[in-house]
Amino acid sequence: MAAEHEAELRALAGARRRLALLLTAAMVLIYFGFLGLIAWQKPLLGRLVVPGLSLGILLGALVIVSCWILTWIYVRWANTRYDPEIERLRGHL
Amino acid sequence: MLAQVLFFAFLGSTLGITWWAARRTRTADHFYSAGRSITAAQNGFALAGDYMSASSFLGISGLVALSGFDGLIYAAGGLVGWPIVLFLIAEPLRNLGKYTFADVLAARLAQVPIRVSAAVGTLATVSLYLIAQMVGAGGLIRLLFGISYEAAVGIVGAAMIAYVLFGGMLATTWVQIVKAALLLAGAVLLTLLVLAEVGFSPLRLFAAAAAVNGDAVLAPGRLVANPLDAVSLGLALMFGTAGLPHILMRFYTVPDARAARRSVFYATGLIGGFFLLTFVIGFGAMHLVGPDAIRAADPGGNMAAPLLAVRLGGTALLGFVGAVAFATILAVVAGLTLSGAAALSHDLWVNVVRGGTADPAEELRVARAATFVLGLLAVGLGVLFKGQNVAFMVGLAFAIAASGNFPALMLALFWRGTTTAGAVAAMLTGTLSTVLLIYLSPTVQVDLLHHPAAIFPLRNPAIVSLPLGFLAGVLVSLARPDAAEAGRYEAMQRKASLGA
Repeated sequence: MAAEHEAELRALAGARRRLALLLTAAMVLIYFGFLGLIAWQKPLLGRLVVPGLSLGILLGALVIVSCWILTWIYVRWANTRYDPEIERLRGHL
Repeated sequence: MLAQVLFFAFLGSTLGITWWAARRTRTADHFYSAGRSITAAQNGFALAGDYMSASSFLGISGLVALSGFDGLIYAAGGLVGWPIVLFLIAEPLRNLGKYTFADVLAARLAQVPIRVSAAVGTLATVSLYLIAQMVGAGGLIRLLFGISYEAAVGIVGAAMIAYVLFGGMLATTWVQIVKAALLLAGAVLLTLLVLAEVGFSPLRLFAAAAAVNGDAVLAPGRLVANPLDAVSLGLALMFGTAGLPHILMRFYTVPDARAARRSVFYATGLIGGFFLLTFVIGFGAMHLVGPDAIRAADPGGNMAAPLLAVRLGGTALLGFVGAVAFATILAVVAGLTLSGAAALSHDLWVNVVRGGTADPAEELRVARAATFVLGLLAVGLGVLFKGQNVAFMVGLAFAIAASGNFPALMLALFWRGTTTAGAVAAMLTGTLSTVLLIYLSPTVQVDLLHHPAAIFPLRNPAIVSLPLGFLAGVLVSLARPDAAEAGRYEAMQRKASLGA
């Protein structure tokens, strides 16, 4: 049924959009949270976690690591869940 | 001496690549998108190459060397735009467009007004970015090679025109890949040499730098004096990446949306790693060279990495770093020129002047003519802005991309109600308000024009101009809804998922 497959495609596109927006929101929170701490909690970020490593440097490095993790989550979902479904639907449409 | 040898080796091999690519560049499709033949990993390197400019390498390592932690704000900000590109832009862009980001908007909106305003946004972003690169190149090459500013700008212009004019996107991509690999190799080498001096412990390096220069270098300093300005800069960095025309154009060089997605994953990994290395290199320069010696060579800190190279590996390593920096500028200006040429020929000539039906051979001729004109313009602007402080122009380019191009793309992709007039209003309002606010900001009023105060208090306009861009797009769309354009939304979404 073409109509059924069209509805499945719309649902799949909606799932992709929800994940994309969720991950975008996570990225925005992480980065602007970091900027907020820099702006309003300067002494806190200057505190040393271990000798040589301030909390600020640790969190800054973690912002970079979080970019890697978020993109990995998305790419993994898209490669294993989204692509096979798109392929299946493309065969029907 | 070695710098010259290495630089000419790079120039020779990239011109060789151009000769190889030129024989494969026979149609407009080859010229703009390398015939969609680039793999995901190759495009990942090329995207990273487009983004890792000489200013990000020399500028961020210099900022870290002079002020420590504050450089990390730029390094992190430089990366956070990439996940956004992946989540919101890369796949629909690849599926909906052909050569430029305006293709995506034109997929369901009226051709002529969309193409004209997208070309305005593209050319504004590209020329500001080009001026900053050309002026930076002239100054850097004068410092490193001792040739005159004008000669340096001329060499960069001539090589860049040769790459793009003859080799199109295929040559530009491979120049970018070679340069990205060289730059990463140079950064890894410098980092290893720095870490070898402190027992391979970055923490010991930070502690040693703080012992001499004070614990303040490990904490936020003066860069974020005004929180609103910091958030505004963050907005431009985060959402500007998703609106940079020369970055967006790269997604058309891969075969499909899946490859576009994977290429951003590679690019995010490479760029993040590069910024982490740059941070260690900056602290290495602070510890081993010292802020005073760096400031003496260049008050802005741009000579931190070159001076560190001399300290660690003598003139041989300096030559290598200098050649890599030169190669970096060449590759970035080539990418910028190509995307500017695509806006002139594909968006303006073919889709506005010729009404969408130009002969492909004619399109290729126009694209090459546009490349030549833009290349000459870049050299002219480079000479015209000699000695000016143009560092703010990269920030301005990001702010325009974030406030004009990005809102228009988001509205067209995610909101059914977007109309042609709305998208045009978003692009023009975002672009014009950014330019106006920068003109009224302390950067221009106080630093350049030496007025006592500025009318607009912030140096970064995105916190005002980005919401303005969205607001203009939404209000104008709501004022005069267009049923036919809304009706094409479903078909566009379908194509965005399935591809052509």
